[in-house]
Amino acid sequence: MNREKVIFAFFIVLALTLNFGFVFGEIDNIQHHDVMELFLATVVSFICTLLKFGDRSHLGALMLATSLVADLQLIIAGTIWGYGEHIAATGMTPRVMASVVSFAGGALLANIISVILLMFETVLIRR
Amino acid sequence: MNDILYVLLRRLRMPLITLIVVYAVSIVGFTLVPGMDDQGNPWRMDFFHAFYFVSFMGSTIGFGEIPYPFTDAQRMWTLVTIYASVIAWLYSIGVTLAILQDGGFRRLLQLRSFITQVRRLREPFYLVCGCGVTGSAVVRELSERGIRTVVVDVNQQRIDKLELAGLPLPVPALCADASLPDILDHAGLQHPFCKGVLALTNNDNVNLSIAIASKLLEPKRLMISRSENDVTSANLASFGTDLIVDPFRAYAEYVALAAHSPHRHLVFDWLMNPQHRSLASVYRHAEGRWIICGYGRFGRNIGHQLQRSGTAVTVIDPNAENIRNLSDAVVGIGTEAVTLRAAGVEEAVGIVAGTANDADNLSIIMTARELNPKLMTVVRQNLRANRLVFSNSGCDFVMQPGLIIATRILAQLKTPLLSVFIDQLMQQDEVWAHTLVNRMSAMVGDDKLDSRSIRIDQHEASAVQAKLEEGEELKLLTLIKNPHDRKQTLRCFPLMLRRKDEVRLLPGELTLLEPGDEILFCGQAQDLKRMEWTVYNYSTLHYLLTGMDLTESRLQRWLRGGEKRT
Repeated sequence: MNREKVIFAFFIVLALTLNFGFVFGEIDNIQHHDVMELFLATVVSFICTLLKFGDRSHLGALMLATSLVADLQLIIAGTIWGYGEHIAATGMTPRVMASVVSFAGGALLANIISVILLMFETVLIRR
Repeated sequence: MNDILYVLLRRLRMPLITLIVVYAVSIVGFTLVPGMDDQGNPWRMDFFHAFYFVSFMGSTIGFGEIPYPFTDAQRMWTLVTIYASVIAWLYSIGVTLAILQDGGFRRLLQLRSFITQVRRLREPFYLVCGCGVTGSAVVRELSERGIRTVVVDVNQQRIDKLELAGLPLPVPALCADASLPDILDHAGLQHPFCKGVLALTNNDNVNLSIAIASKLLEPKRLMISRSENDVTSANLASFGTDLIVDPFRAYAEYVALAAHSPHRHLVFDWLMNPQHRSLASVYRHAEGRWIICGYGRFGRNIGHQLQRSGTAVTVIDPNAENIRNLSDAVVGIGTEAVTLRAAGVEEAVGIVAGTANDADNLSIIMTARELNPKLMTVVRQNLRANRLVFSNSGCDFVMQPGLIIATRILAQLKTPLLSVFIDQLMQQDEVWAHTLVNRMSAMVGDDKLDSRSIRIDQHEASAVQAKLEEGEELKLLTLIKNPHDRKQTLRCFPLMLRRKDEVRLLPGELTLLEPGDEILFCGQAQDLKRMEWTVYNYSTLHYLLTGMDLTESRLQRWLRGGEKRT
């Protein structure tokens, strides 16, 4: 067992699960989505990106790319949340919540791809 | 560029993760710690405000407590986060600075900038591998002539020296092993503007691998290599290396030439060296015995060369092993009178102080001259730094092996015909050389003697080629007429004419030119430059031939030619 591999896989899967937990629920229902979860998902996603730095293989490049996509989507989702909560005159409406969740949903897709690539790599190394 | 970014990111991974974690924990903390708003109601910071507060706290510490004054619990958490974020930043900045100072990383940066510099070269350049005495002399001379060079050497000190030398052109230089094809490729081995490769390292194997790599990739490109033994030389010659210079032999030939044929030596020197000696410096050659001090590789080669020309030789060497098989030899350094007397310095005509120690060499010469003031003295200078002492030593010849090789190589780079001429010169006798020197001297006096070659073709002599194609007869004389006044001639004369494989020394001025001829001229540098008018400018050439000015442009001529053809 390789400790580095464990940490690496742990963060990648954690990014996916947090992201999933946030997105899970009715898309425009404010009660179903927790801001803390979005924050944690973003932070873990950042850490994943850093962990993927410096791998020059083709697979490594793909994983870095998916991670960057997830970061971008989550930052946008977080910004929209902040905008809805504090800046928009209407406050947090289901409409704003729907767009936050749909951006986070995009990040979820990127995280899923990332995990698939991780599995791919594992299978390849086995062989 | 990519690898630098990757290395940087990989090394910065830990500090960046630390920063992110510290920030995340601080932000989460602020959202959890209970606070109070301005009306005294319990209030908790949301992520937006927490992120805002932590961001400016981490970098500046001090915009105040917003949006409402903090409770004591919040202040306590702020204390924790201030110290955590300061430590995280110090750590990250420390690591970043350490990376930038790291030798490996800096070498990577240097390699990158070297590769970019070479790739951006948009003019012909020579790749010089090995930058010792010879290499740096070649680089300096080429740079002064306005030709670009790229240098690879294993020794960083030499690279630094090159940078401090104040050359007129920037020289991209890299400290690396030139025997690795990768390094050569970085240095422009496959660059379309690389005109020639010079392998001048002091390691034969390295030179060999450079030559092989160059010839494999670009068989027609000029390849010059240094080689210290005959096996390597034969190997280099087998795959078509254009010039192979054996430093020991080249040096020995030069010294021996100086010793036994002063006039040929003078011709050689005038053609090779810009700073040549005046005609008056030719000494009267005396037949007799020579003494050689120092019988290492240089000494042995000089001995062979002298003996081949029929000169008797006495050898002085401190190592008895070296001179065991010699009939006429003395053990000793040669710096003391006893040894020199034993070698018969009183009856000798010349002495070569050729040890590897400059102080010994000077000492030998001084002692020997005291014993026999009429002695011809040849001294070997090993270190360039000793130039001042040597130039004031009053020796007849100061020989710097590295520089002698450098001039050989530079001559080859200037015009390959010069090397052919030198080979021919060696087969002529002293009387022939004497006449030639007198002619050269009459032509330039004490000015600099320059040489240049012209090949009659579309590229190097378009006007001449055009005239010949029109069926005109051109004599060699036409080329050395003054393009401004056809009644005068330029201060230069043809040394050699090469037509296919046939070589004619000192061709007559009435020789008719043919396309493809290669002619080597020597004379005043300024006048050789003027010759370009004749060679390139059709109207000038027309004037020289007929005495009439041509009023026709190239376009009209082309049209007229077209009519003729139809």
